[in-house]
Amino acid sequence: MKILAMDTSTLVMGVALLDDERVLGEVTTNLRKDHSVRLMPTVARLLEELRVAVADLDLIAVASGPGSYTGVRIGVTTAKTLSWSRNLPLVGISSLAVLAMNGLRFRGKVAPLFDARRDRVYTGLFEGTGSGEVRAVKEERVIPLDAWLEELKDEGPILFLGDDVARFRQRIETALGDDAAFGTPPENIPRAACLGRLALARWRREGKGEGMAFTPNYLQLAEAEAKWLSGRRNGKNTE
Amino acid sequence: MKENCLVLGIETSCDETSAAVVADGKELLSNVISSQMELHRRFGGVVPEVASRRHVERMTAIIQEALDQAGVRLDDLSAVAVTQGPGLVGALLIGVSAAKALSFATGIPLIPVHHIAGHIYANQLVEPLRFPLVSLVVSGGHTELIYMPDHNRFERLGKTRDDAAGEAYDKVARLLGLPYPGGPHIDRLAREGNPAHPLPRAWLERDSLDFSFSGLKTAVGNVIQRKDPVNPADVAASFQEAVVEVLTEKSIAAVQRTGVSELVLAGGVSANSRLREALAKRCAEEGIHLRVPPPELCTDNAAMIAAAGTYRLWDGQTAGLDLNAVANLALA
Ligand SMILES: [Zn+2]
Repeated sequence: MKILAMDTSTLVMGVALLDDERVLGEVTTNLRKDHSVRLMPTVARLLEELRVAVADLDLIAVASGPGSYTGVRIGVTTAKTLSWSRNLPLVGISSLAVLAMNGLRFRGKVAPLFDARRDRVYTGLFEGTGSGEVRAVKEERVIPLDAWLEELKDEGPILFLGDDVARFRQRIETALGDDAAFGTPPENIPRAACLGRLALARWRREGKGEGMAFTPNYLQLAEAEAKWLSGRRNGKNTE
Repeated sequence: MKENCLVLGIETSCDETSAAVVADGKELLSNVISSQMELHRRFGGVVPEVASRRHVERMTAIIQEALDQAGVRLDDLSAVAVTQGPGLVGALLIGVSAAKALSFATGIPLIPVHHIAGHIYANQLVEPLRFPLVSLVVSGGHTELIYMPDHNRFERLGKTRDDAAGEAYDKVARLLGLPYPGGPHIDRLAREGNPAHPLPRAWLERDSLDFSFSGLKTAVGNVIQRKDPVNPADVAASFQEAVVEVLTEKSIAAVQRTGVSELVLAGGVSANSRLREALAKRCAEEGIHLRVPPPELCTDNAAMIAAAGTYRLWDGQTAGLDLNAVANLALA
C-alpha cells in the first residue's frame, strides 16, 4: 500500500512516500518559504524520483492542524483534491501527534508545542503505545503557557518538542525543574514519514477515511467569530 | 482544437466558492456557486479567515457538483482554470491549491485566470465577444475601465483611486442602516425616492478615466448628520445618481477615446438597475453597442473563469505546479 503524506502546518514542509511500513522517500524543509508554491512540485519530484505514478498511490495522509491557518489549509485542500481526483481514501492526523512521534522512545510523556501567539501555545500530551505510535493522554488545546505548565506539574518527566519550545524553555524549566526534558534540533522537526505511519495505522484500524467536508482542526474560532460570540453573550449583538 | 474543449473553472477569490464546466469557451454546462453571504452578514462584511475556512470545507463537494450537473467525468476535462488573483490571498489559495492538485492528479493543463478578465468573459457565455471593446468592470472589489483589442489582451484605461463602487454602496448602506450587502437594498430604496440632495461627482483631472468614491461616501454621511429628519429614499436616490452618472460618463468617454463601438458591462454592480438604464440610454444616444451580462453571471462565479481560461488555453498560457495566488495581481 503506497501512502503519500503531506504536512504544511508549520514552517516545516514535509512530504513522504511510504510503502506500508517502509519509508521510500521523504523531503523536509524548515524555512520561511511559501508552501503553496512548493508543495505540489515537491510531491511531483519525489514521486518521479521514486518512479511511483500518481495512479500507484493507495492512501493520502495529511497533517490536519493545529498550526498556521493558511499553511494547514494548503495541505488539507491539496490532500482533499488529490484524494477526490484519484478516488483514494484520505486520513487526517493531528499535526501535534506527528511531532510527538519524535519522542516515541522517551520514558515519560511528550508535549509537542507550537507558538499560538499572545503567550499561548497549541499543545497536547502524548505517550508511546509500544507499537510504534503515540496516543493522546490529554486533549489537544490552545492554552496560555503558564496554565499549561501548571497542569503538567504532576505528570512526571515530560519531553517538550518543537522549534518554538526554545522561546519558552526558561519558563518551562522554572515551572517543572528536572521533570522537563527538551528535544534535539532534529527531534523538533515533524516528519511526514511519521504522519504516513500514523495514517496507515488509523486506516488499518478504522478502515474509513475523511469525508468530502473534511476541514482542518484549527483548535480555535476565527477571531471575528470569537468576538461576535462574546459580544452576543454580553448582549451587545441582537442580530 | 476548438471542439469538445471542456474546461473546469474554480473561483474562490472572495466569499463565493464556485466551480463550473464550460464547453468550447462559450457553452455553460454547469455553474455551481456556494455563497457565504449569510455567514458574513453578521460581521457586516466579508471576514477573510471565515471565508477561507468555508472554502476548504466546500471546495471538493462543489467541484463534484459542477461535474455532476454538467454530466461530465473528470477524465473528459481538457484543462482546469483557476482565479489566481486579485482577491483575498487566503481565499484564493484554496482554489489555487485545489486546481494544482487536480491538474497534477489528472495530468490536464493548469490555467491561471485574472479575476477581472473572468468578469469580462462572463459576457462570452451569452454571445461571442466582439473586438475591439471597452469594458466597465464594477463590483465590490473593483471599478475599472479595460480596453481589449483582442482575446487575452487587456489595457487598463482607468481604475478607482480609493473605494470600489460596490464598496461605496456597502458603506452608504451602513450609514442608512440597511443590511449587508448594500447594493440591492440601495437600488430598491432609491426607486422610492428623488435625487434631491446635491452630491459631488468626482470627475478628477480633465481626461482622467480614474474613479474616486470616498468623497461621495463622506458627503452622504454629512447629509444624514445635518438634516433631520432625512428621507432615506432620497438619500439613496441621490447617492445612486451620483455613482451612476460618473460610471456612465467615464465609460462613454473611454469608448469614444479608443474609438471602439462595443461597451461591455461586467461585475457584481452590473446587476444595478439604474446603472443598466443609464448606460442603455447614453449608449443608444451615442450609437454604442452595449452588452450587459445576465444577473446570474454578474456576481463572482467560476463559469466566467472557465470561459476566460479556455481562451488562455488556446493561447498556450498555462502554468506550472508552482503557481501561486497573488492578492494584487496585475491584469496583462
Ligand atoms: Zn468579482
